[in-house]
Amino acid sequence: MATHAHAAAHDDHDHKPHGWRRWVFSTNHKDIGTMYLVFACTMFFVGGSMALVIRAELFQPGLQFVDPQFFNSMTAMHALVMIFGAIMPAWVGLANWLIPMQIGAPDMALPRLNNLSFWILPFAFVILLGTLFVPGGAPAGGWTMYPPLALQSGDSFPMMIFAVHLMGISSVLGAINVVVTVMNMRAPGMNLLKMPLFVWTWLITAYLLVAVMPVLAGAVTMLLTDHFFGTSFFAASGGGDPVMFQHIFWFFGHPEVYIMILPAFGVVSEIIPTFSRKPLFGYESMVYATAAIGFLSFIVWAHHMFTVGMPLAGQLFFMLATMLISVPTGVKVFNWCATMTKGSLSFEPPMLFALAFLFLFTIGGFSGLMLAIVPADFQYQDTYFVVAHFHYVLVPGSLFAIIGAVYYWLPKWVGRMYDQKLATWHFWLSAIFVNVLFFPQHFLGLAGMPRRIPDYATQFADWNMVSSIGAFGFGFSQLLLPYIILKCVRSGAKASDRVWDGAHGLEWELPSPAPFHSWETPPSAAVIARGAEH
Amino acid sequence: MIRTMQRSGAALLLSVVALLAAPAHADSGWGLLNMPVGVTELSKKIYGLHMMIFWWCVAIGVFVFGWMIWAIVAFRKSRGAVADTAMVHSTKAEIIWTLIPVAILVVMTVPAARVLIDIEDARNTELTVKVTGYQWKWQYEYLGTGVGYYSTLGRESNAARELQSGIDPRTVPNYLLDVDQPLVVPAGTKVRLLITAQDVIHAWWVPDFGMKKDAIPGYVNEMWIKVDTDKTGRYRGQCAELCGRDHGFMPIVVDVMSKPDFEDWLTARKAAVKQAAATTAATPSIS
Amino acid sequence: MTAPREALRRANASLTAKLGLMTLGSFAFGFALVPLYDVLCAVTGFGDQKALARAAEVAPQVADESRTVTVEFVAELPNVGSWEFRPVLTSMQVHPGKLYETEFVAKNLTGHDTIAQAVPSIAPGNVAGYFHKTECFCFTPQKFLKDEERVLPVRFIVDRALPKHLDRITLAYTFYDQSIRVGQR
Repeated sequence: MATHAHAAAHDDHDHKPHGWRRWVFSTNHKDIGTMYLVFACTMFFVGGSMALVIRAELFQPGLQFVDPQFFNSMTAMHALVMIFGAIMPAWVGLANWLIPMQIGAPDMALPRLNNLSFWILPFAFVILLGTLFVPGGAPAGGWTMYPPLALQSGDSFPMMIFAVHLMGISSVLGAINVVVTVMNMRAPGMNLLKMPLFVWTWLITAYLLVAVMPVLAGAVTMLLTDHFFGTSFFAASGGGDPVMFQHIFWFFGHPEVYIMILPAFGVVSEIIPTFSRKPLFGYESMVYATAAIGFLSFIVWAHHMFTVGMPLAGQLFFMLATMLISVPTGVKVFNWCATMTKGSLSFEPPMLFALAFLFLFTIGGFSGLMLAIVPADFQYQDTYFVVAHFHYVLVPGSLFAIIGAVYYWLPKWVGRMYDQKLATWHFWLSAIFVNVLFFPQHFLGLAGMPRRIPDYATQFADWNMVSSIGAFGFGFSQLLLPYIILKCVRSGAKASDRVWDGAHGLEWELPSPAPFHSWETPPSAAVIARGAEH
Repeated sequence: MIRTMQRSGAALLLSVVALLAAPAHADSGWGLLNMPVGVTELSKKIYGLHMMIFWWCVAIGVFVFGWMIWAIVAFRKSRGAVADTAMVHSTKAEIIWTLIPVAILVVMTVPAARVLIDIEDARNTELTVKVTGYQWKWQYEYLGTGVGYYSTLGRESNAARELQSGIDPRTVPNYLLDVDQPLVVPAGTKVRLLITAQDVIHAWWVPDFGMKKDAIPGYVNEMWIKVDTDKTGRYRGQCAELCGRDHGFMPIVVDVMSKPDFEDWLTARKAAVKQAAATTAATPSIS
Repeated sequence: MTAPREALRRANASLTAKLGLMTLGSFAFGFALVPLYDVLCAVTGFGDQKALARAAEVAPQVADESRTVTVEFVAELPNVGSWEFRPVLTSMQVHPGKLYETEFVAKNLTGHDTIAQAVPSIAPGNVAGYFHKTECFCFTPQKFLKDEERVLPVRFIVDRALPKHLDRITLAYTFYDQSIRVGQR
């Protein structure tokens, strides 16, 4: 009887459906996490290819490869694919994999919803990418979809709106799942202030998602009715105001920026202590800083649109509020520096990516501070300086944190160690080329090159060439990532349970690879205490 | 890792030096690293703000990057560093690095607010020009004079910018920054620009004038410029808000003339308008 | 085991429902931003340009003869060729507090009867709160017969409270006809 029970338990423990059913009907947080990450990686290369079309055209002055309309489609689609297809799904994938393991829960709270929120995504992107093949071409009015320009799109217009709705639904469902999981599923004894920062940052991110994704849905719905049903929300001819769309859009858009970066703060707050062999400095202030950033993100939206014509009071308010964000962000950077101080540092690939994040995100922060100064923004607005700024926070910011996270937790996921030497190569190529790619764009913008143009005056040729070289170098270096992962899955050396000697947290208390069902019995108080030494 | 730091440090230093050494407008593109100082009252103030905030960032950067590099160099496990696991919190330090940035921000805000107030002061303008954006050209109308015309991409640029035109843009003077009829404004005069659009949103921007403003259909925006008396000449800019297929091909060129030259130009233009009107009146309209 | 599991299930369902409500609330908030935007514009003096399209009720004011403000008039036509639309005067010198009247002229060249709506805008934008119109052709859509030409009056008062740093105001009308889209939101 005992053996039978044990066998049953064991069977239950390792039982996973086989074949396509395992994935299509999956309700397992690890499998869904994997699907999210694979999807994100695929979209990353799709969006990256679009970026390379852009940079190829901009390699030299004159139009060599594409029509301006197609070029505009590439800039709009690159942004939509990277934001909604690569960065956000990657974060949801990481949340799926890590949050249950980190808080001692057996799975996400709403496993079937989890399945749904993932499977909406491929459909959304089939529709979005399908616009490339319809008459009139893909959306070419920028990812910001400003009317009246966006209303000039052809058949792609309703498809884009529908795709945006689907992506919004997917991410809201994902966010609801995260909130319910974190609030209700924590192991006994895992109180809120013992949670790892990745969980904290994701919790705040999830609230931001619930608050603003529906606002975007509302905005694009109004666009849709303006286009097809004769409303005039944004048309001056009917008493509407095109600028109002920008207000509503950025009311979503600015928190969206933090949706993409807050989990990165969480990841970096996990990696740096591990490789400094020292607990995170100022854990509580990190939590408060994250919450402060989340709050401030709601009251700064108009800094994206200082040139629309705003009263003095509005300009001053949005300038001040924007600059204030640098205070909690600064607290975080200083805390990370303090974590490394008097530590015992080693430089494995995750740490390298986290350090590059620290350096380069700070540069993005500086240009952000410059952009907040309204009169100076009258010059910077809509130039390559802005392009450089947000790519510095999104590529060496969000993306490097995602790559760092993959290199950090991959051995736990698959139970094998990847080729660290190759990953170090991946790091160096990425870190060098990302600067070759984006740093010159600061110069271009300051010298007067507007963004979103397919061709430029000849004095901008030199730095554009450098930037394009950087783009191709960066893009092709990224092929190392799937190669390293595949090689690790197939033939990596067996990883230990703790993987990194300085690692703390419940996920490291599990065996490697993490079993299909983990923490079915909640971790004991002792295990939690050992894990929570942050 | 030391190498990274050295490299990043060197790159930062290099770019700072480059920014300093850069002349505002060199012919070669390599020297184009910074914002132009510009030729108007406001553009200089805006440039000053830009440089002020830039130096603040450099100063903060020296501190923050210095700290990072020091930590990375000094506390390496490979050199036998042992972690001080008790160093996890310091309220005093955290308060300090919250309050000091707040103070710096206040210091930054004051001059910025001052410049904003200067920008708002649109009193005593002497000339109003209405600027209207179209897909994809600009229209300039001198209010109250009847003078108005469109300004489109220059013919040579237009030929060279076709897909695979076979024309090397480098052989076209002022490629993409040339128009058939530039806007003409007098130097040393406060000129008011009323900016609007007819189809989609555009933005009117000449970097040397220090600012841009969105041109929004159905709404009129306002901006003023006062070019220094000795800065007559030709200034170039571009549409700065994505406005469709040919967004990159609707440049802005402004001829800044001395006041008397401008008066002559305007008188000639007015006469031309009158003559054209007379001709139209004489011949019954065919269209 | 079942009791806590049941409790958890219930807690999850209730929190999910709350978050679902929050989501709906946010969606509604997106739409609520439309009227809120107008309110905010009005409150902050952001330039509630919509107020320009409504008759203002102003208490009679004593004219401030010591101050002169230039008001410019601008006519905009998105459909060049199918209309004639111009101000009779391109600018006026006015004293704040005093009632003035001026006219625009519109002629229908579309070749058929139509309805047109003029949409007002003012620069600088924050003047909107200080520019009161007691009568304007922009308050309602205007019917035009084929080839009809009409004089359209505007009556306005510039408020005495107009900020001192302003000496020039531009009132612009964009003339939209049925072919575009007419009517209020």
